Amino acid sequence: MNPFLEVENLTYTYPDGRPALRGIGLKILPGERVALVGPNGAGKSTLLLALAGILRAEGRILVDGTLLTPASLPRLRARIGLVFQLPDDQLFSPTVYEDVAFAPLYQDLPPGEVHARVEEALAGVGMQAFAGRMPHHLSMGEKKRVAIATVLAMRPAMLLLDEPSAGLDPRGRRELISLLNGLPQTLLIATHDLDLAGRLCPRMVILDGGQIVADGESRALLADADLLAAHGLV
Amino acid sequence: MDESFPPLTVGGRGLYGLDGRVKVPLTLGLILTAALLPNRPGGAYLLLISALWAAALVSGVPLTRLIRRGWLAGPFGLAALPLLFTTPGTPLLTLPVGEGLTLTAAGLMRFTAVLLKAWISLQAAALLTLTTSIPAILLALRALKVPRLLLMVIALMSRYLFVFGETARQLLQAREARSSQPDPHRRTGGSLGWRARVTGGMAGSLLIRSFERAERVYAAMLARGYDGEVRALPQPDLSPDAYRILGGGAFFFLLVIAFGWLTTGGGR
Amino acid sequence: MLYSPQPMHIPDGFLSLPVALALWVVSIGLIGIAIRRLEHTLSEREIPLMGILAAAIFAGQMLNFSVTGGTSGHLLGAALATILLGPYPAMLVMTAVVSVQALLFQDGGLVVMGANLFNMAIVGVWVAYAVFSLIRRLTGETRAGLLAGGFAAAWSSIFVAALACALELALSGTSPANLAVPAMGGIHALIGIGEGLITVGALAFIYAARRDLLTPAGRSQAVNRPVWLGGGLIALVLVVFSPLASSHPDGLEWVAEQLQFIETARPPAFEIIPDYLVPGISNEALATILAGVIGLVVVSLAAMSAGLARRRTRPQG
Ligand SMILES: Nc1ncnc2c1ncn2[C@@H]1O[C@H](COP(=O)(O)OP(=O)(O)O)[C@@H](O)[C@H]1O
Ligand SMILES: [Mg+2]
Repeated sequence: MNPFLEVENLTYTYPDGRPALRGIGLKILPGERVALVGPNGAGKSTLLLALAGILRAEGRILVDGTLLTPASLPRLRARIGLVFQLPDDQLFSPTVYEDVAFAPLYQDLPPGEVHARVEEALAGVGMQAFAGRMPHHLSMGEKKRVAIATVLAMRPAMLLLDEPSAGLDPRGRRELISLLNGLPQTLLIATHDLDLAGRLCPRMVILDGGQIVADGESRALLADADLLAAHGLV
Repeated sequence: MDESFPPLTVGGRGLYGLDGRVKVPLTLGLILTAALLPNRPGGAYLLLISALWAAALVSGVPLTRLIRRGWLAGPFGLAALPLLFTTPGTPLLTLPVGEGLTLTAAGLMRFTAVLLKAWISLQAAALLTLTTSIPAILLALRALKVPRLLLMVIALMSRYLFVFGETARQLLQAREARSSQPDPHRRTGGSLGWRARVTGGMAGSLLIRSFERAERVYAAMLARGYDGEVRALPQPDLSPDAYRILGGGAFFFLLVIAFGWLTTGGGR
Repeated sequence: MLYSPQPMHIPDGFLSLPVALALWVVSIGLIGIAIRRLEHTLSEREIPLMGILAAAIFAGQMLNFSVTGGTSGHLLGAALATILLGPYPAMLVMTAVVSVQALLFQDGGLVVMGANLFNMAIVGVWVAYAVFSLIRRLTGETRAGLLAGGFAAAWSSIFVAALACALELALSGTSPANLAVPAMGGIHALIGIGEGLITVGALAFIYAARRDLLTPAGRSQAVNRPVWLGGGLIALVLVVFSPLASSHPDGLEWVAEQLQFIETARPPAFEIIPDYLVPGISNEALATILAGVIGLVVVSLAAMSAGLARRRTRPQG
């Protein structure tokens, strides 16, 4: 099977001179669910931003066989949806409805189709009843759901999620896990939450200092206490 | 003050169930009507305030809330105080100040009229925000042809208003916690310059946070295809009922203005 | 959220209609020019920045510090917005701030919003820009120059905007110029110091933490000379004209009277209707009583229907 996402020698240095990614190589198959774990500052968020084409990193990124370039980006954008860590950054519109409609609107879809996409995406996260609400008035768990809906509205083949369980209470976390479990998309989940990683993702990639230090079966890596300790994960 | 904005756009009693694109023009119309009344309190003022209060009552908004908000203009009343003495007319009494200030009947009329206009206008604006969600007000502004760029700025601003308001509140709380003086009216914590610098630092930190958040929001917009152009969904047409209400409102306002001028002989 | 009304926001009722409408026209025109300019020069990341900075400035206006006893120093923020973003984006930011304050918080009127926009989003911004540019030109890119420029820009933006506000009140016939100008000018000369101090504190903080934000390379800063001079000119005219107006109040009062004349010249259309055509309301006292009765009936009916509706929606049992 051809990988859906292929990353070769990805390197990124922030403008202030701080190297954040150092030669990342990664292949993810269609339908795979991969946990991206690592200590704070490992470069998880940076990697997700680079994969979504928001940071221009050196190296090669292939999405479904197509090289990610400034020219191909507009076409590929809708194939990979990035869910940011803070829903308050992601939900910038006056209402839930307008926020979920944002991506379809910028895909130049006709109004009828935009509406259908919004309904579909909100139904996908069980938030249809919240369409008219202001994001400010939602609970953290509800905000996270809506944030996922905003990218589902693009009908992406793959979702990148940055710390999805951060800031959730136990119930919110449980609901999020079952929501993500029901999604058909290929998933790459950056997280500290080893329990969530173990439940959702058969495969795990450990990132530290901008490099991949381990890539394998979640069960095996989670059992390796020394490895986890060496990278500040327990 | 946050909780005073209704969270839901749709449904509800009276004004709550009315489209923002009807309520915003009606509010503007009412305030414009107040501005157009002769500067002489009379029946027209009574008609206007009755209509406003009736609309509030039918919608279940307690009048006390409205009236309390109506006094926000109080301090500005000082600016109109000279009207009492500078308007030529029948002298009522002379205050022994300086060369003597003469209060005139016409002055009292004009001063009261200005305060009444401010009071009615404030209550009208308050009734709008009490019964209309922020998104509905934004949609109404769009229907009123506010430029899209400005509208997007206002929309983003209203979205992050409460987020930064909360941050500002926390900053102020942290400052209170650090200054040990329990009495808020005593000078607390150091010299004037120091206090100003600390407050300035808080403002600076708010601004830096706004730049950082703007970067992240921009990234979130880019990830969903944003290209610098401002786009918005088309709005549904107004219902015939909505047009009828708008027309009825306009007719009522004209009636009140006519009543005002006819019954006071031009306000002079 | 703690929100307290800010000074210098004129409520509805305090300006005469001709003054309010004329300033609406001026403000729409000038803000429209700014928007058209920005549509061409703005980088796409500046749109979210303007909106979010406007929210931060709005929140920053809640910060205050006690000066003595009851008085406190506040922030309006026009100068900070101008220094951080440049004059055109700052105009939009302040337009958003003033509109939201009026629409959502009843701080500043709606019919007179044109005047408030003129004072804060146009005069405030361009005076701050002219003063800041002038001082930076003299001092160069030094920290001291930044802080001095910031203080002067903040103080003069408040002071000159207050003069504009006073002139508007005088033109409306609400306060005579010889009272309004010294009073508004005097109060805001003090309030301006608070604004200046907070602005300096904010700039010093930003200079220490994120100096890059103060060197707006690549932002739509380019302002051509005539426009720059325009800002200075507004300041100069207001500063020179206000004392003139206040020492020769007759001149301004004459204008105010003319304007009132325009305002009251409208009704002749009604006055043509002879009194006997509306016999019931030709008597003013009678008309007031009539209106009072109608009002009372309407409000009572509304109260009763509200009571009925409440009873109907109350859960059974
Ligand atoms: N905007 C930025 N500018 C400069 N350095 C940054 C920026 N964002 C992150 N970094 C740095 O890059 C490194 C990786 O950060 P990040 O990708 O956020 O890590 P993680 O998400 O794994 O916690 C860290 O050392 C961090 O300090
Ligand atoms: Mg991170």
